[in-house]
Amino acid sequence: MKKEALKIETYCMVKNNRIVVDGHLVFEDQDAVGLKAFAKTAYRHLKPSYNKFFKMDEISKLAFVAAEFLLKDVNLEKYKSEELSVVLSNSESTIVTDKNHQQSISDKDNFFPSPSVFVYTLPNIMIGEISIRHNMKGDNAFFIVENFNADLIANHINNLFLTNKSSAFIGGWVNYSDDKYEAFLYLASESGSILHNASEIEKIFKINH
Amino acid sequence: MEELIEKLKVQLIEQLNLEDMEPEDIDADEPLFGTGLGLDSIDALELIVLLEKEYGIKIQNPKDGQKVFFSLRTMAEFIKENQK
Repeated sequence: MKKEALKIETYCMVKNNRIVVDGHLVFEDQDAVGLKAFAKTAYRHLKPSYNKFFKMDEISKLAFVAAEFLLKDVNLEKYKSEELSVVLSNSESTIVTDKNHQQSISDKDNFFPSPSVFVYTLPNIMIGEISIRHNMKGDNAFFIVENFNADLIANHINNLFLTNKSSAFIGGWVNYSDDKYEAFLYLASESGSILHNASEIEKIFKINH
Repeated sequence: MEELIEKLKVQLIEQLNLEDMEPEDIDADEPLFGTGLGLDSIDALELIVLLEKEYGIKIQNPKDGQKVFFSLRTMAEFIKENQK
């Protein structure tokens, strides 16, 4: 059976205490100070009842919340879990959590690294948190690049699709440093309406940026 | 002992990020892992760090962990027995 072209089904931008899905503002909390507080109110807004959320580091909370809003009205159950992939990117890796961890080991007389902080000192744990939550067991990759690179994400996802590795994909960018944060996630599948290519992704990213 | 248990409840909530949970929600005798509070393996490591950081106690034999961290009461008893 001939494959349909891969398309963007829905997208979500989280930035400046606002969450925009498919161009529409769906949540805003300008009273929240910092990512941690904003992620918490956004989480409570959706009431997902997922206590593991509170144990995540801030950037994973950002990725988690973005994925929750992205997939709020999406039925992923029509796919096999092995056909669901996540491909993300950012420029700062997990620098905020890395610094927290570094602080806990910098004084040899007060050397108490926290295991729950340490486990978040890798950016692909964001993919792990999203994958566990939404039962996504397909291919995954996390790229660290200077700026959002639509070409890179589009090519990687299209290759996975064309080689029958997966059928639906979360792609995007989740970045956090010095209290500046930004998450842009989209869902690509055969059901979307916008062609999945670098120029369309770039266009959506820039409009919502 | 009861005072120490109450202190441990507060430390547990803070250290393990048990949001939405108040000290009175924790039963001192319920299992910390599995059916009770449902803590995971990373939480277990955090509890080991908590014992060392707050009470100066190191668990020497990893096999003791299961007994020590069965409940808040067993933790409190272990602290009482081992604190210098």
